Amino acid sequence: MKYRSVFDIIGPVMIGPSSSHTAGAARIGRVARSLFGREPKWANISLYGSFAETYKGHGTDVAIVGGLLDFDTDDTRIIDAIKIAEERGMKLRFIEEDAVTDHPNTARIIIGDHNGELELVGISIGGGKIEITELNGFELKLSGNHPAILVVHNDRFGAIASVANTLAKYEINIGHMEVARKDVGKMALMTIEVDQNIDNKLIEELEQLPNILKVTKIVD
Amino acid sequence: MFRNVAELLDMAVNQNKKISEIMIEQEVTVTGRSREEILSQMDRNLTVMEEAVERGIKGVTSHSGLTGGDAVLMQKYIEKGNFLSGEIILDAVSKAVATNEVNAAMGTICATPTAGSAGVVPGTLFAVKKKLHPTREQMIAFLFTAGAFGFVVANNASISGAAGGCQAEVGSAAGMAAAAIVEMAGGTPEQCAEAMAITLKNMLGLVCDPVAGLVEVPCVKRNAMGAANAMVAADMALAGIKSRIPCDEVIDAMFKIGQSMPKSLKETAQGGLAATPTGRALEAKIFGMPLKEK
Repeated sequence: MKYRSVFDIIGPVMIGPSSSHTAGAARIGRVARSLFGREPKWANISLYGSFAETYKGHGTDVAIVGGLLDFDTDDTRIIDAIKIAEERGMKLRFIEEDAVTDHPNTARIIIGDHNGELELVGISIGGGKIEITELNGFELKLSGNHPAILVVHNDRFGAIASVANTLAKYEINIGHMEVARKDVGKMALMTIEVDQNIDNKLIEELEQLPNILKVTKIVD
Repeated sequence: MFRNVAELLDMAVNQNKKISEIMIEQEVTVTGRSREEILSQMDRNLTVMEEAVERGIKGVTSHSGLTGGDAVLMQKYIEKGNFLSGEIILDAVSKAVATNEVNAAMGTICATPTAGSAGVVPGTLFAVKKKLHPTREQMIAFLFTAGAFGFVVANNASISGAAGGCQAEVGSAAGMAAAAIVEMAGGTPEQCAEAMAITLKNMLGLVCDPVAGLVEVPCVKRNAMGAANAMVAADMALAGIKSRIPCDEVIDAMFKIGQSMPKSLKETAQGGLAATPTGRALEAKIFGMPLKEK
């Protein structure tokens, strides 16, 4: 079953006009912001396919920037997001790409400040649902149909087990999991799809574990 | 978990429950959230729908200038009293248009099932409200019944214009609304399914051909017609009229029609109304040049 909740059908509450081009775009921006962990000072936003062709009319540009400002899909400030970002000193660049991607609604977002950078590719699959397909060069495969979290961690023994143990403690079942790393002992990434909804308390507890750098909910 | 309309009806009939109740209970089971939490989230969605209708009825204009103000025109027309079709139908039309005009103007809406088709369910709900005088609980139940049928369509066909054409968006929304109207009006679960089938049958083949790729033309007016279609089909089902083709088979037909549709008619702005001379001219005016031909 692709859709599990009645609120996938009656919802989300959002700023118009398009669940895929506006709400989904805002969610992609917000995941980038959440993974970055702070407000970026600059953002280069590449739009592909249908996003590149129709982003102005659909507010895809303002929606992604709204997400970068941590606005939810129903935050009316999304409409003025570009202005708000510029007032806060965020430098924005939009690039309309010609390249053909696997999915027609694709955005590549590179954000950063003097302390670091983050690169993420997201696709908007319809009805406000999104998938993140790439993070800092890691390829991800997420169906977008189940609650999911991303765990950035150091590649050390016990890191994966400790996350799995904590999920077990909260009686959360893992449906799909992938682990990828840059190199032995370097930064690594766990992508975990689960069956139950994820409580913020669990996210906080996961972040306290040794070698865990950042935990982000990417699908509710 | 019900997978199709037949299973949904079995559960409702065997347990002697309304379809809305089956949907609420399934949501509790699937998400592990409490009944109160689920009802209160739907209550919030209902409030968003109510506010969008109120805003649209007062008049909005989209950024492109393509849409807006038609809900106001329809309300004024109803007030004059010289209309030909029924008042509730026209009220549903104006409120569906109101919601979708707010959507086009980047206002706050509740995607039902999508943003482009967000007008039909609230449009009909707030129109029949005047006649049926439902309680707040019954209005919330209306959304769960609509959601139950949308859930079946989403899982067995599609609710995306890009995947299945406008029949999957406004068509699904209209079917969902028709079923919900029937339950609110006191019809049986079977009559809900008949209304859904009759509505969807009349939306089959509807292409998704947005002018300039925007969710405006013809989307706003299609929400109007979806609402009218839902109202008539609900009355037909309540009159005892049945669909000769069962609801699940209609949904399956919709899925297959969507798959057979050329890409140019599925939200690409390459065919249909988008490709008319006026459609192209509007596109060039809005974006400074026509969208790339593919």
